[in-house]
Amino acid sequence: MNPAPSVIIFTVLSGLGFGMLFWLGLGQAETGGMIGFWLFAMAFILSGGGLLASTFHLGNPQRFWRAFSQWQTSWLSREAILAVAALGLMGLFGLRQVFFAQDWVWLGRAGAGLSLLTVLATAMIYSQLKTVPRWNQPGTVVLFILLALAGGALITAQAGLAAGLFGLAGLAQLWVWYRGGQRFAEAGSTLASATGLGGRGQLRLFEPPHTGRNYLLDEMVYRIGRKHALRLRVIALLGMSILPAAIMLASGAGLLAGGAGLLAAGLAGAVHLIGVFAARWLFFAEAEHVVGLYYGRHS
Amino acid sequence: MTQLPPASDKKLGLVIDLDICVGCHACVISCKGWNTENYGAPLSDMDAYGENPVGSFLNRVHSFEIELEDGPAQNVHFPKSCLHCETAPCVTVCPTGASYKRAEDGIVLVNEEACIGCGLCAWACPYGAREMDQAEGVMKKCTLCVDRIYNENLAAEDQIPACVRSCPTGARHFGDFGDPNSAVSQLVAEREAVDLMPEQGTKPVNKYLLPRIKDRWLDQPEAGDVLPVVAEEPEGFLKWLDKALEKL
Repeated sequence: MNPAPSVIIFTVLSGLGFGMLFWLGLGQAETGGMIGFWLFAMAFILSGGGLLASTFHLGNPQRFWRAFSQWQTSWLSREAILAVAALGLMGLFGLRQVFFAQDWVWLGRAGAGLSLLTVLATAMIYSQLKTVPRWNQPGTVVLFILLALAGGALITAQAGLAAGLFGLAGLAQLWVWYRGGQRFAEAGSTLASATGLGGRGQLRLFEPPHTGRNYLLDEMVYRIGRKHALRLRVIALLGMSILPAAIMLASGAGLLAGGAGLLAAGLAGAVHLIGVFAARWLFFAEAEHVVGLYYGRHS
Repeated sequence: MTQLPPASDKKLGLVIDLDICVGCHACVISCKGWNTENYGAPLSDMDAYGENPVGSFLNRVHSFEIELEDGPAQNVHFPKSCLHCETAPCVTVCPTGASYKRAEDGIVLVNEEACIGCGLCAWACPYGAREMDQAEGVMKKCTLCVDRIYNENLAAEDQIPACVRSCPTGARHFGDFGDPNSAVSQLVAEREAVDLMPEQGTKPVNKYLLPRIKDRWLDQPEAGDVLPVVAEEPEGFLKWLDKALEKL
């Protein structure tokens, strides 16, 4: 699949933003005064900015409001509704906390729940697709949610919790890569099933329908330089999980106090973000769509 | 609405006979022609006369080769357009309701006024039947020529999809699969008809008739039996040359 920058930026940043909002809604961070203001502002910039980036890949973004209508069947529609609801509740919750120092616990909890459900809906958009077997596994949803929780825990200064979640996210990522490698064969789509011409002899594409590119090839039969895939996986795993987990463990154990601790948290956040961007790029670039079979790929 | 309607009695679609398609691409061109001038936004081409042309098409012809164990290789020309699936995954993923399946005849259509061009329906389709129009930013797909088949202004013989009308070999058939007595249902019953990618669970309406196995090799002599074997031992001038070279 085409690793479009707008969609990578959207899923990474909004995941992080909604992860922050989840912990803020549960009251797991210092939310009074200036610290609270900046935490809420950052969460809204990340989640809202991510949502805005996602509209850049639309052909007709001015009709975005129509996307709130099909919640009964469409995960994309559910995501749009959940995101707006989560931002609305958390906006109200944040205003009361930051400027009036008042706490509506139930409002925060509802906002936290909606924030997490938004991340779930984002992941389901990909995970539901039978046509992309690598994504079509429960691990995709687990990974998206763990990454949001881990990143959110880091920025809301929960060092020990963040370290644990970074570790879990790394394990989930390994599992998703492992299962992802098996999914295409499990899904059972082959050139033989795609054409109905199986069981007669060796099948191959003799002549493609067009020698130039087209939308299908650009969007769904994207090919990366696979020689870098393993290197990128190592970078992704180190960045998203191992390094930030180690830093936060050291920080949580009290080895890094005061300014050094803050610096370490900033470093962990930056490394984590680089790792998640690398992982998300691979998430798209490595995913094989079954339509590639008609173009002689994946077999 | 992107909820699928209850299964309709009428299921309009195509049967494509892979046995007699010659891969001339007339259906591709007639489809592009009709659908550029009629329903919805024109099928645009980008950089049509430049170095990197790309355009939207609703119908494309692939060609495959089957290497048989006991016969000569066989080419199969394979036209592919929307299969108007009964459980169309492209419909249910649409966030705006632009993508829909008609309750009255099962045709899958895009309401281009409501399409935001997110591309998720094209991702959900296993067959590559949907292409985003690069000029309009809306999703294009086969309409089964909904603006021909019910069009009373056209002559009776033209009230069929453009691809079917233009096929010079009669490899494409249009009709109602909901009616067991229709010509297309009869064809499917008589010949070996298949669904594409049944494992995807889309229940396509369009069917493909498999090609018959063509000629087998006759009892032909191997090439070596026909052509004289070149002498192992050279004669005449070659014999002299051979000897002369060996002496060097």
